[in-house]
Amino acid sequence: MEQTITKSSPKEKLMSAVAMARYNDAYALAGQHAISELDIPTTRSEEWKYTRTTRISNVAWIPATDKASVDLSEFQINGLNASKVIFVDGIFRPELSDMHSLPEGVDITENPELDAEADFSDFYDAYHAALCTSRMRINIAAKSAPEKSLHIIHVAATSESLNQPLIEIVCDKNAEMHVVESFVSTNNKSAFTSRKMKVHVESNASLHIDKIQMDGTENFTMNNEYVGIEQDARFTINTLTIESNWVRNQLHIALNGQNIEANLHGFYLPVKKHFVDNHTRVDHLRPHCVSNELYKGMLNDQSNGVFNGKVYVHLDAQKTNAFQSNANILLSDDAQMNTKPELEIYADDVKCSHGSTTGQLDEEALFYLKSRGLGEDNARKLLANAFISDVLDKINNEAVKHYVTEQLIQRDLLFA
Amino acid sequence: MLSIKNLQAKIEDKEILRGLSLEVKPGEVHAIMGPNGSGKSTLASVLAGREEYEVTNGTVSFQGKDLLDMPAEIRAREGLFLAFQYPVEIPGVSNMNFLKAAVGEIRKHKGLEPLTAKDFLKLVKEKSALVELDGQLANRAVNEGFSGGEKKRNEIFQMAMLEPKLAVLDETDSGLDIDALRIVANGVNALRSPDRSFVVITHYQRLLDYIVPDFVHVLYKGRIVKSGTKELALELEERGYDWIKDEVESVKA
Repeated sequence: MEQTITKSSPKEKLMSAVAMARYNDAYALAGQHAISELDIPTTRSEEWKYTRTTRISNVAWIPATDKASVDLSEFQINGLNASKVIFVDGIFRPELSDMHSLPEGVDITENPELDAEADFSDFYDAYHAALCTSRMRINIAAKSAPEKSLHIIHVAATSESLNQPLIEIVCDKNAEMHVVESFVSTNNKSAFTSRKMKVHVESNASLHIDKIQMDGTENFTMNNEYVGIEQDARFTINTLTIESNWVRNQLHIALNGQNIEANLHGFYLPVKKHFVDNHTRVDHLRPHCVSNELYKGMLNDQSNGVFNGKVYVHLDAQKTNAFQSNANILLSDDAQMNTKPELEIYADDVKCSHGSTTGQLDEEALFYLKSRGLGEDNARKLLANAFISDVLDKINNEAVKHYVTEQLIQRDLLFA
Repeated sequence: MLSIKNLQAKIEDKEILRGLSLEVKPGEVHAIMGPNGSGKSTLASVLAGREEYEVTNGTVSFQGKDLLDMPAEIRAREGLFLAFQYPVEIPGVSNMNFLKAAVGEIRKHKGLEPLTAKDFLKLVKEKSALVELDGQLANRAVNEGFSGGEKKRNEIFQMAMLEPKLAVLDETDSGLDIDALRIVANGVNALRSPDRSFVVITHYQRLLDYIVPDFVHVLYKGRIVKSGTKELALELEERGYDWIKDEVESVKA
């Protein structure tokens, strides 16, 4: 007996949603054109070697059509003085946001004009342009240093929805800003939130971003950040993955001027079959800059992690200080971590170091704690606190730090 | 308090304890001395519940309960304390949080209410003074960057906080200069009471000038081969261990 099964390829499935594109300008058309030429990356490509996408491309996403109503109260950060900017299913919701009480000097433009992009880094990048669900530009005026933070909240509320917002942040000269970005969900399933962010940190400005990923056990998240930093500026991004079923973060940081400080920190504590992937690329293009990169992971159950950190010190980038470290602890025999630090140096007068470790919890420390009466579970959690404490300390804002700690305690990952 | 009968234990197929017996009554201080490799630290490890050691024979009863049947944390909650020969550095865990957790668990086990923050701090202040431990140390990470003497004082400080029934001091004196030794010994002596017992494991008699034991035992090849009073320690100091070894070997022969 013969049987013919017609199965659409993952790409065909993804393409079927393009007809629903909200934008049809040059930028979107460039994306639509590019995806026809690009393939969904597979594990055969070096950049995706340990990142299986079959789990995500088995879903036939479509952009949400209804405006879902959500209860935002549970996503607030207590004690954080911030204006909220809300996206639900990838769609900006000004009526839910604090548009009338934005921090001083902060200005938000919806649907900004975008230039057609010449090239896209991969299929998902082009797909994002083709099927962007909302575009926004956040401008922080020169010399402004508002006390208030900006809290961007991405809520995945509809099952199988495709949420692809684009956020551009321009932190103008001498400005100073703190942005918190939360990725959360209601009890939906299989949404794909692919958020692209373009950041410009102008000269002598300072931008600190705390990115909190906790959209739960059922959704997929991809974050692409393209950051350009100009001379004398400071930029910090903390990527805090608290609970996410499948997440890939791709940071592209270009240090375009002299005397720049860039900090990339993060932790991830996946459980069950969760997957966390951090790809970072730092380009030192000019002399006298510093970059610090510290990522820490504790992986339990059958979870899987990937870290790939590239640091390029270009020919002109003399006197560069670049540090990179990725440390991992595997809490179970079935957890897996693939880590690959890469350092390419073309300048000859630089100070660079990189390293990665993957090990188990310190048995000696565990026994010491138990010998003082702590149970196995609490002893492990206390050691988890210790392990990620240096990354937690990179969260400058006390309210955010407290919130993040509490979220981890609630999920039984840290000691109360 | 503690009753060890014919204890035999091995690690990785290497037999270390070969039939050790010891009775410790409430309030008593027993010193255990012996040459290197005689099994002193193994005894401490087996009592505290280190899982690498396999008990192949014998029994240990602690306050009437089977000690060997309990995981390490339950032994601690039941009132056993081991002062480590090499206290572990735990970067990132503050001494205070660690102690708060430990005191909390032990009080819970005893059915006591948790201490208020105020009472806890009061207790910390009082007990850290016992070992002349700087208040600053309490706020630092557990043993991280502590000197050898500070680490040992921190062990005694923890002991004071946890108020055990039986404390096993594993070579707490080794590596200490005389001032640190005096402080540690004073701390221990302050904690001596009619219902608290001590097993003091040491390589050097010097400690026993400060912590005066009720009994002294000599451990050799995994067995207690000689017991006596504090005079035995002095004799060992003077004559070394060879005469004991000879005695044992001649009995065998």
